Amino acid sequence: MAGMKFDYAPAPESRAIVDLKSSYGLFIGGEFVDSRDGRPFKTISPASEEVLAEITEAGPQDVDRAVAAARSAFESTWSGMRPADRAKYLYRVARIIQERARELAVLESLDNGKPIRESRDVDIPLVAAHFFYYAGWADKLSYAGFGPDPRPLGVAGQIIPWNFPLLMLAWKIAPALAAGNTVVLKPAETTPLTALVFAEICQQAGIPPGVVNIVTGAGDTGRTLVEHPGVDKVAFTGSTEVGRMIAKSVAGTGKKVTLELGGKAANIIFDDAPIDQAVEGIVNGIFFNQGHVCCAGSRLLVQESVYDDVLASLKRRLTTLRVGDPLDKNTDIGAINSAAQLARIRELSEVGEQEGAERWSPPCELPDRGFWFPPTVFTGVSQAHRIAREEIFGPVLSVLTFRTPDEAVEKANNTPYGLSAGVWTDKGSRILSIAAQLRAGVVWANTFNRFDPSAPFGGYKESGYGREGGRHGLEAYLDV
Amino acid sequence: MPQRGGYPRGVTTAAAKSASPDRLPEIASSDASLRQFLHGLPGVDAVGADERAAKLATRSIKTTAKQQAIDLAIRMIDLTTLEGRDTPGKVRALCAKARRPDPSDPTAPSVAAVCVYPDLIAAAKADLAGSAVKVASVATAFPSGRASLAVKLQDTKDAVAAGADEIDMVIDRGAFLAGHYLEVYDEIVAIRDASGPAHLKVILETGELATYDNVRRASWLAMLAGADFIKTSTGKIQPAATLPVTLIMLEAVRDFHDTTGTMIGVKPAGGIRTSKDAIRYLVLVNETAGADWLDPDWFRLGASSLLNDLLMQRQRMATGRYSGPDYFTLD
Repeated sequence: MAGMKFDYAPAPESRAIVDLKSSYGLFIGGEFVDSRDGRPFKTISPASEEVLAEITEAGPQDVDRAVAAARSAFESTWSGMRPADRAKYLYRVARIIQERARELAVLESLDNGKPIRESRDVDIPLVAAHFFYYAGWADKLSYAGFGPDPRPLGVAGQIIPWNFPLLMLAWKIAPALAAGNTVVLKPAETTPLTALVFAEICQQAGIPPGVVNIVTGAGDTGRTLVEHPGVDKVAFTGSTEVGRMIAKSVAGTGKKVTLELGGKAANIIFDDAPIDQAVEGIVNGIFFNQGHVCCAGSRLLVQESVYDDVLASLKRRLTTLRVGDPLDKNTDIGAINSAAQLARIRELSEVGEQEGAERWSPPCELPDRGFWFPPTVFTGVSQAHRIAREEIFGPVLSVLTFRTPDEAVEKANNTPYGLSAGVWTDKGSRILSIAAQLRAGVVWANTFNRFDPSAPFGGYKESGYGREGGRHGLEAYLDV
Repeated sequence: MPQRGGYPRGVTTAAAKSASPDRLPEIASSDASLRQFLHGLPGVDAVGADERAAKLATRSIKTTAKQQAIDLAIRMIDLTTLEGRDTPGKVRALCAKARRPDPSDPTAPSVAAVCVYPDLIAAAKADLAGSAVKVASVATAFPSGRASLAVKLQDTKDAVAAGADEIDMVIDRGAFLAGHYLEVYDEIVAIRDASGPAHLKVILETGELATYDNVRRASWLAMLAGADFIKTSTGKIQPAATLPVTLIMLEAVRDFHDTTGTMIGVKPAGGIRTSKDAIRYLVLVNETAGADWLDPDWFRLGASSLLNDLLMQRQRMATGRYSGPDYFTLD
């Protein structure tokens, strides 16, 4: 007997709450200013290719001005301010983010292409939580385990990626400010808008001018910032390739560096795993944020004895994923962030097929305009395949199998990366033993892609160094 | 919005493989084999199950989808009164409401059934004569089930003799928690036989089973023993129906169908009061067991006050404004 066909009607979140300007300048010294030597570029919605606003690509003089403003604020106000007062500003920022949560969520989905369900329920709440968390540390730094009176470093140059624009901004700015540093932050060129609204929030919160400076732009602006002699600390989240260049350019300069780079995380499903929840974890691991997640569980390792069951359940689950308009409240998978990223995902997927892996996607219609890629699963993948080794950074899962726990650990660790991993089993002792053997900065047990400001996050090997989040995250911004 | 294809069929969980149709009788051949089977089902991670249910609860069902869902939810209701103070008069009012929930709007569908205590079946039957609304009766020393098997069987036979179309039995939670699975199984089989042609709904009383692992095991136990429906709760114990518990039961009927080809219904009961709640359950059905279950034959909502909220929402969608509660009958 066939039941009712339950088609969810479109449920679009309104864009009216977002007040987009036609063009944005740079945020330097507490105000929006015109560029001196930069040029304009456009930011688009990846879901429709509609131009959202004109943005300024900051030139060397602009970066210089921003670093000078940050230096001046560091020396004149922020580093000498009573820590409880610094906390006050950060709490204020956190509250304003909560108040403007809907606006920020809509803007993030517009500019990035991620589903509103995620920006609303994951990104923005975590952003506020991060500011609340580090606000609490501002006047307790002497208890953070870095000596009785740890000092800030000075001016931090921070470069963030496009996958979680505002969240990565929070990960960078909240601990830096709590520890008494001032910042010059460069958002990714494809997703600058929420950082610019964050600049407005800094004004609204009355943060002293120059404490937070936002310079928009692409790689050249980032390089100028990293190489600027006035920067004491460089924090970067992005690709391993760029991370390497940064590490080289700051070598021998005395700048402190933290890098959070790529990953190719193993998500390990043992035969005694809670299968239904493990399937959810696989989906959340690789299809969350279209797979644009450095810690995504992109390599699924399934114990051979449950392989058929897990694969069949996974495929069935994937047929329920809703791909489409990021602003529709029922969308599970939004748009790929840029044409360049889409090209890379396509290229690696084609390589996967050429190398003999079997490709599968659930039936789904993709919109005509914008950048889209269907959720994709590759089976029959071996460790030697490029899709098992290289970070695809898209909604593409490579499925491998293992027979014994030792083999699972061996395969999981057999990668140049080491950012995250997942373990699914009903056996507590196995979780502990496997987690201890995995060379990954984050190991999730019976869950995946769960974040909390109190939990340190960071990688091993080519996934970078330094930790963000938690007490450990303060170290990156203290002279210790 | 892209259209979704049907679910690929033929998925079987590892443990459920041993439940292939020809091996069903073997599973319950001894207490040991039944225990081995139930304890061999994949575990449920409570955090993950809660998270999944909460995520599905954020689905936004608007406009035409909401209209469709409200009418379906009305058609799925087992309109229930199970109180010591029930009288033939109360049942009469309830039956009138069941047949024609909104006197001001003949397009409002009837509910699936009314659910009463056994002594009021005859009254309900008479009141519903000529309508498609079924009469369901609780039986087996509802709600605690604490009586001898003989009493429970007689209770069931009386209900069937009085004309009940559907029997809502309770399982022996004491025996289940003591690990006497075969005892619970045999009792369901006996009640199944005593129910004759009536549809059998087996109430697990998940609020007393406490863990999701138990809910999954009890679901399989009831299905193996021949339940037509598995039902969450009596409504007398808190918590009654919850989204995660219903999620786990829907996964169980889905897996049972994949394994045996037999479709079993699910009925959350108790605590479902608003249209929003009801629609969340429908989303859960749609994305867990699949659209095949979106039918009163395979999914029911045990509720009483829910109906008026659905009617109120229905009217608002039709007219664009809310009427006060005084415009809906209170039975």
